[in-house]
Amino acid sequence: MGRRRLSGAQIVIRALLDQGVDVIFGYPGGAVLPIYDELFKQNELRHILVRHEQGAAHAAEGYARSTGKVGVLLVTSGPGATNAVTGLTDALMDSIPIICLTGQVPTHLIGNDAFQEADTVGITRPCTKHSYLVKDANKLGETIHEAFYVARSGRPGPVLVDLPKDVQLAEGLYSTPSEVGHKTYKPQTKGDMKAIERAVDLIANAKRPIIYGGGGIINSGLRANKLFTEFVRLTGSPCTLTLMGLGAFPASDKHFIGMLGMHGTYEANLAMHDCDVMVNVGARFDDRVTGRIDAFSPGSKKIHIDIDPSSIDKTVQVDVPIVGDAASVLSDMIRLLKKRPKRVNAKARKAWWDQIAKWQARDCYAFRSDKKIIKPQYAIQRLYELTRDRETYITTEVGQHQMWAAQLYRFEKPHHWMTSGGLGTMGYGLPAAMGVQAAHPDALVIDIAGEASVLMNIQELSTIMQYRLPVKVFIINNRYMGMVRQWQELMHGGRYSESYMEALPDFVKLAESFGAAGLRVSKPSEVDDAIEEMIAIDRAVVVDVVVDQHENCFPMIPSGAAHNEILLGPEDKAEAPASEDGMVLV
Amino acid sequence: MEDIERHTIAVLVDNEPGVLARVIGLFSGRGYNIESLTVSSVTETKDVSRITIVTSGTPMIIAQIKAQLDRQVPIHSVHDLTAEGPHIEREIALIKVVARGPKRRESLRIADIFRANVADTTTGSFVFAIDGSPGKVDAFVQLMRDLGKVEVVRSGSVAIARGAHAL
Repeated sequence: MGRRRLSGAQIVIRALLDQGVDVIFGYPGGAVLPIYDELFKQNELRHILVRHEQGAAHAAEGYARSTGKVGVLLVTSGPGATNAVTGLTDALMDSIPIICLTGQVPTHLIGNDAFQEADTVGITRPCTKHSYLVKDANKLGETIHEAFYVARSGRPGPVLVDLPKDVQLAEGLYSTPSEVGHKTYKPQTKGDMKAIERAVDLIANAKRPIIYGGGGIINSGLRANKLFTEFVRLTGSPCTLTLMGLGAFPASDKHFIGMLGMHGTYEANLAMHDCDVMVNVGARFDDRVTGRIDAFSPGSKKIHIDIDPSSIDKTVQVDVPIVGDAASVLSDMIRLLKKRPKRVNAKARKAWWDQIAKWQARDCYAFRSDKKIIKPQYAIQRLYELTRDRETYITTEVGQHQMWAAQLYRFEKPHHWMTSGGLGTMGYGLPAAMGVQAAHPDALVIDIAGEASVLMNIQELSTIMQYRLPVKVFIINNRYMGMVRQWQELMHGGRYSESYMEALPDFVKLAESFGAAGLRVSKPSEVDDAIEEMIAIDRAVVVDVVVDQHENCFPMIPSGAAHNEILLGPEDKAEAPASEDGMVLV
Repeated sequence: MEDIERHTIAVLVDNEPGVLARVIGLFSGRGYNIESLTVSSVTETKDVSRITIVTSGTPMIIAQIKAQLDRQVPIHSVHDLTAEGPHIEREIALIKVVARGPKRRESLRIADIFRANVADTTTGSFVFAIDGSPGKVDAFVQLMRDLGKVEVVRSGSVAIARGAHAL
């Protein structure tokens, strides 16, 4: 273990390198100048200069989500830190491990309302997994190492380290990271065997099982993905995934019945409603998934595997809670299942699959094609068909386009789908794509965007050009905040209050002004050519796909409705108007 | 360098969710010390809570702390009891002492001297309840530490000004 005297700023760089960080996203300012000075003097750690700190946070998220590693951003005090808050909250909601290093005014000025001072630790306390204010250069190295440990252990999340400028300039003793974890924070990874045995009993005797997987599987790592796939196939159960879980199980597998939840498939939601045993692996019974809680899967025994004990019984009371890491618990479950002689009740299972096939026959993602106007679903479907054979990473913004992408882009592998699930952050997709591309320079990285969302962080096109990141921005442009308009149509009598944008930029010229390529397509017959051209251009491209302005995203479970009250299309809405209770929900 | 002073401050606040978080956030955000803090509602209608904060800092810092507290919207009034004149300060503590034989007997004798009550006993332990000034509690805990394994819980100070003037 090497121990050396270094300046605080040198310790920051050294600690990041010792943690295996190769690229960070950031923006300089007065309170981080010593760190930027050390960055300048070395070549090992790459820095990507963003155009807004929110972009740095989402880029770090994109990097983390697509690599399974910890993403890092470095911002200055005050506005630098406050601008990063949305990204931190996003990472907290979606359990993404990132480290946010913030500059701070020198310790003797803290509390003095100094220039660019903000109570960063105070502001970020509710939106980080943990945060540190380092007041002693001797503790800086170990604090950063601990921050990495906290960010990636247990249920991952954002960790903030606030660095007063005098601490960056002071000398301190630095030690390389040790294997020792943390004094008190030691998440349980091994599941309780008694609970696992009860779960396996339930699964083995289930007539109508369903396996419902979430982002926790992806966070656990590739081993968990493999084991999850093996587990689903071994049990012969239908498998559904949450928005965050897409890619945890191959979409092409016959056991996969699509995403569940508000805009999930008819078959997944009805199977959730009618199942007799539900196995939740690494998901958190989010309100977008459960619909009305008192009508949520009323007849089932529920098994919940989660590494976060506070997720258990938070919204849905379960019969068999198992606190542990997905990989560890799944491997125990598979071992026990394989020991049993008779694994499934074949007759009951066949009846269950027959029922699911009937639901699948409704073809819930179907849309009316049009020869004259591009349907948004058509554009995404073509994008999928023309990019599926490549190493393609998809990010999204938030809204209708995000849901269509989740429905129609089919993921075979984890880490290829980056979207803002819990927080629903418009403006996430473009900077996230930037982070993905920085981690995977040769891959095809596409931000499936809405024209409203993408404008929220459009400045990052400038970053993308500076670092020659060939990110593709595929804008589903309907000139509306589509999801807002859809809700106004369904629940507010079609009064489209402030959901239409009168003055949108010309996205082709906008792209060109940044030095990127701009394409526009407005005819269905030209969509394929536009996509091919987008792929062929070896730099950043913005494709403005002019789509049907009035298309809505179905299926949809209205807020406050149950899974079996799912609406399949616009014709359904007259039969099931939103309830009073549903109106107050978001 | 100016001397560090210890001050006991009484703060009357609206008894609403989030007020305590605001006060504590103020202290942590601005780097002030909290030696102890207690809070409870104090009016018949339960609409006002009284927070007693024991803090330390230079006179300038103490003045800032009071000014920062006073400008908070849900805070009614701030009284620096240390500066405003004579006041009474009390704390209660429960101290578990695990000891046998002569040490156990000695702990009981000392408790008697300090007028601490025995709140719980087994053949190998006592729980003493003591109240008094924080200094008295400190002294008692220190003596008990020499006699066996000790577990301590303290309420933190509550304080009130002497005399006929009521807040």
